[in-house]
Amino acid sequence: MADIKLPANKVQELRDICAKFNHEKGELINVLHAAQGIFGYLPAEVQDIVAEELNVSVAHVYGVVTFYSFFTMTPKGKYPISICMGTACYVRGAEKVLDEFKRLLDLKVGETSANGDFSISCLRCVGACGLAPVVTVGEKVYGRVAPEDVKGIIAEYK
Amino acid sequence: MTPEEVIDEIKRSGLRGRGGGGFPTGLKWELTRKVKAEQKYVVCNADEGDPGAFMDRSILEGDPHTVLEAMAINGYCTEASKGLIYIRAEYPLAIERLKIAIDQAREYGLLGDDIFGTGFSFDIELRYGAGAFVCGEETALIHSMEGLRGEPTVKPPFPSESGYKGAPTNVNNVETYASVPVILLKGADWFSSIGTEKSKGTKVFALAGKVNNVGLVEVPMGTTLREVIFDIGGGIKGGKKFKAVQTGGPSGGCLTEKHLDIPIDYDNLIASGSMMGSGGMIVMDEDDCMVSVAKFYLDFTVEESCGKCAPCRIGNKRLYEMLDTITQGKGTVEDLSKLRNLANVIKDTSLCGLGQTSPNPVLSTMDNFYDEYLAHVKDHKCPSGQCKALMSYIIKEDACVGCTLCARVCPVDAISGEKKMPHVIDQSICIKCGACFEKCKFDAIFIE
Ligand SMILES: Cc1cc2nc3c(=O)[nH]c(=O)nc-3n(C[C@H](O)[C@H](O)[C@H](O)COP(=O)(O)O)c2cc1C
Ligand code: SF4
Ligand code: SF4
Ligand code: FES
Repeated sequence: MADIKLPANKVQELRDICAKFNHEKGELINVLHAAQGIFGYLPAEVQDIVAEELNVSVAHVYGVVTFYSFFTMTPKGKYPISICMGTACYVRGAEKVLDEFKRLLDLKVGETSANGDFSISCLRCVGACGLAPVVTVGEKVYGRVAPEDVKGIIAEYK
Repeated sequence: MTPEEVIDEIKRSGLRGRGGGGFPTGLKWELTRKVKAEQKYVVCNADEGDPGAFMDRSILEGDPHTVLEAMAINGYCTEASKGLIYIRAEYPLAIERLKIAIDQAREYGLLGDDIFGTGFSFDIELRYGAGAFVCGEETALIHSMEGLRGEPTVKPPFPSESGYKGAPTNVNNVETYASVPVILLKGADWFSSIGTEKSKGTKVFALAGKVNNVGLVEVPMGTTLREVIFDIGGGIKGGKKFKAVQTGGPSGGCLTEKHLDIPIDYDNLIASGSMMGSGGMIVMDEDDCMVSVAKFYLDFTVEESCGKCAPCRIGNKRLYEMLDTITQGKGTVEDLSKLRNLANVIKDTSLCGLGQTSPNPVLSTMDNFYDEYLAHVKDHKCPSGQCKALMSYIIKEDACVGCTLCARVCPVDAISGEKKMPHVIDQSICIKCGACFEKCKFDAIFIE
């Protein structure tokens, strides 16, 4: 993997957070949440720093990062699109909505577009099942989405 | 009230855990109380992993103080001074409201040192999940709170003996805690007057899927599925026919027409091949293919299995592959008995509740919709027309006017024919995208 140069101020921010958690290894997941908040994702370089600060092996950090689906090692798009694949959304046709996003953006699940604008991922229930099928773009939530609506949603961000 | 009196009241109320298992809550509190230790912990399980269920979220967003109060009451009973709420990161609003509520409670002196001069101290902290269903399982949840991979461990020891950081830990679900203050206010007799003989009080269900009114419903235990789906849910969307209802999420099973009139409680649901789970209730209509539904749940399990034990990690993957073969029309009748066999092995040999319940959707759909499985493997047909590989788009010769529209939209050039002459679809090329079907203005294309 090509080494990524992390911005020094963000690295400092991360080290400060580790200090705030007293370098306690039991706080690893909280630290990773914060780290993902700072960098947007968790590349190997970030994991190295976390391992060093909490005095655990990088393998341990990596094991935790890859266990939880909330943590990602690839940067998400500027407008991360998430399609809910929870049961309520599935029975109301979420798969067709997902297919339409994949087709129109020519992306697979987990991929980010070349210009870094869009990424597609699947979620398991955001707790808005009454609005199924549900799609989120960043913080914005779209409910009762039909395949026909997908084009319009993407257009809002182009 | 003394701690013993509180526990006794909870026991007499008949409250059982709302997180899935239905373990008697008072008994759990008593067990945690009995273990002697310097430090004990009170944990609230707010991981709500069952996709399609959101009652815990609504409690935490709407009335977080009841949960905080109940946790403090538990601390009082079990002699724990520290509470932890494990909440999924997908619920940012609930997290925000909990933080506000905890601050308020500290301000009013409801949390903190020497609460109201009683000498009892109790405080609560939040811990965040990170998107792993198995972390709802209590031992996995505890490991996750310790900053580890959320893998379950064998019980015993139960958390009440050895939980968070090895200390006795009382784990209860959000809805369980939320029932506690009202029981103490109105009394055990009031609470136990609602419900059935062995399941007391009310239960919140997340009604979703193909019903007219979706959302949260709170009903007394013992209400029938029919009342929930037809009276409260307003029946099936679009006037279609009811086919099945999945309760208990990916760990539960599909119930059918013949189960509609049984009173819902922990024991009746298990006897019918499903379970209460956390209260998800997904309704399906005649358009849903039950083999595909089973496959959907298995896909979930395969992804969410933590991988620690072989039956669940490998077995579920094989189950999924067999179901996939069947939905592709490539299954055989022998596959069905293999499917059942493997499902039973996984159920019997998996380490934690996830693996032990993951074959339920397969087994229950096989029990209730065996004909549908047979149609897939014998006739290579999907009766509800959901399995793409098993359907064909066909042009009716006498209805086709030869407008060429379908041939132009077909992405793989599967349609041929002269202008103004009937067109035909080459089935060996067709990828069943349905574009021609949607475009044809003369209803000349049908699905078989
Ligand atoms: C795979 C699996 C997932 C679970 N998910 C949850 C969950 O999301 N929320 C919950 O409260 N309990 C969940 N449980 C049940 C917990 O292990 C535990 O029994 C429960 O939190 C105990 O609380 P209660 O007695 O109040 O129900 C799950 C169990 C298993 C096996
Ligand atoms: S049954 Fe599945 S989830 Fe549970 S421990 Fe085994 S592999 Fe992990
Ligand atoms: S269903 Fe799609 S691939 Fe098949 S003939 Fe019609 S347009 Fe072509
Ligand atoms: S299943 Fe999609 S929001 Fe719950």
